[in-house]
Amino acid sequence: MKERKAHIVGVGESPYTRWGKIGDITEHALACQAILKAVEDAGLQMEEVDGLASFAEDRNEAIFLAAELGLSELRFGNMVWMPGGGGGCAAISNAAMAVESGQAEVVVVYRSLCQGQFYRFGAGGASTEAPTDPEPPSLQQANSLLLASMGLAMPYGLLMAAAAYALPTRRHMHLYGTTSEQLGLLAVTFREHASRNPRAVMGGRPLTLEDHQASPMIADPHRLYDCCLESDGACAVVITTEDRARDLANRPVEILASEQGTPKGYAFGPFTNANISDEIYATGGCEAMAKRLFGKAGLGPHDVDVAQFYDHFTGCVLMQLEDYGFCERGEGGPFIESGALAWKGGALPTNTHGGSLSEAYIHGLNHVVEGVRTLRGESTSPVDGAEVCLVTSAACVPSSAVLLGRK
Amino acid sequence: MSERFFPDAMPPPLVDGTTLPWWQAAAEHRLVVQECSQCSHTQFPPSPICSECHSPERGWRALSGLGKVYTYTVVYRPIAAGQTLPFIVAVISLEGSGGVRLISNLVKVSPEEIEIGMEVKVIWEDMSETLSIPRFERR
Ligand SMILES: [Zn+2]
Repeated sequence: MKERKAHIVGVGESPYTRWGKIGDITEHALACQAILKAVEDAGLQMEEVDGLASFAEDRNEAIFLAAELGLSELRFGNMVWMPGGGGGCAAISNAAMAVESGQAEVVVVYRSLCQGQFYRFGAGGASTEAPTDPEPPSLQQANSLLLASMGLAMPYGLLMAAAAYALPTRRHMHLYGTTSEQLGLLAVTFREHASRNPRAVMGGRPLTLEDHQASPMIADPHRLYDCCLESDGACAVVITTEDRARDLANRPVEILASEQGTPKGYAFGPFTNANISDEIYATGGCEAMAKRLFGKAGLGPHDVDVAQFYDHFTGCVLMQLEDYGFCERGEGGPFIESGALAWKGGALPTNTHGGSLSEAYIHGLNHVVEGVRTLRGESTSPVDGAEVCLVTSAACVPSSAVLLGRK
Repeated sequence: MSERFFPDAMPPPLVDGTTLPWWQAAAEHRLVVQECSQCSHTQFPPSPICSECHSPERGWRALSGLGKVYTYTVVYRPIAAGQTLPFIVAVISLEGSGGVRLISNLVKVSPEEIEIGMEVKVIWEDMSETLSIPRFERR
């Protein structure tokens, strides 16, 4: 019988830049560039690709990319219903389900961002230009359910992600005494990892805790260096069956388990919803999902050798460390202070590429790419003997995660 | 018209049929929360059906406008033209609401004064003849 267990066999990316810097080619052309590289890395022919998957309102629809890439047939075109960066690992999960069920043989998960050609995510769509012909303020029709939900936050000026995720982080500080310095240490650690990564946008820009503490306040407690980068770039991940993976060039990386999870009543999380249950308000909202993920793989947090946590904001990583059971609830700050996240000597080397805080912000798909590289022994901050890597997508929104294993 | 805290250029409420009644009550300076006519479960954001008993029979409970700060952030970047900085976004636990919280703003409070648990009361800001937004001040 054919062995259909899903494996990642190729990764690729375009150059990463500061947001707005890629203007000479279109966002979908950049997606094609990353997909071509990933398929080449896998040692596959483009004709073998029959699935494309993405997440979070991707502007670059699979059907058009399939035409541009000359795919023989698109048998699986899929997008995850999760706003923001929570769905990246869910897209990997969907791709894995597609190849395991026989819906497709080779699925590429992709993400491309040219923010200058559209708008800046970090600004949340806000404009500080005075309207030329102002009408008296009034109710406006929401043309989607997402906008009707955001409509309950926007009139209060809650548009920037930096402000939205400050809300659970501030509550965490109140409940457990978490400090800005602890958040800063996390950013400093990831920046140090980026210093060896030639792809990292901030690779040549060392960061100290003093720099962090002196950086301007954006949305308290988020200082500038608590916030992820805003980047242009694209990356892609190729998934196929164990059978097909066997005779390819690269060491295949097994998708040990994948999960997605949106807690009861969570909707878009703290971004638009103040009524998340008190028990999980000051968390990443991932605890139940994390338990299922580990249970499915028959592993626990102590089995994880290296982790790539979605790091839109420092506090969201801190809360994920607790959600995934690497430390007790409320102990994320001291856990960071212990040096646990450092690639050398840390109990849990984390974001070995520098993460979205220091490599690039490609909605976290670059974290999956780095997860694969760590297990192939190709990371620029290698973790000796790493066999299991946890990769997560954005927390404090509906989230997803994968456990990857070295074959 | 009321005292003003935020400029006209602030993003307007985007509404659909489910959230419209809440904003209509706000225009009359009534702070309300959706209440299930069947099981009395209170809910925010408004929903077409009760999340507990799935009844479509929805009513509105009038609130006192008193509350406490559940969490907050002080924002130093403008999101609209003519805004005074910094401004404070806060989550308010609403008294008598059956545990409902509301995203809103704290006004007439300096960032140094804010504490989680601080007691606040609603203050209505009339943005126009037809639009009023609930903000909160210290009590
Ligand atoms: Zn009910």
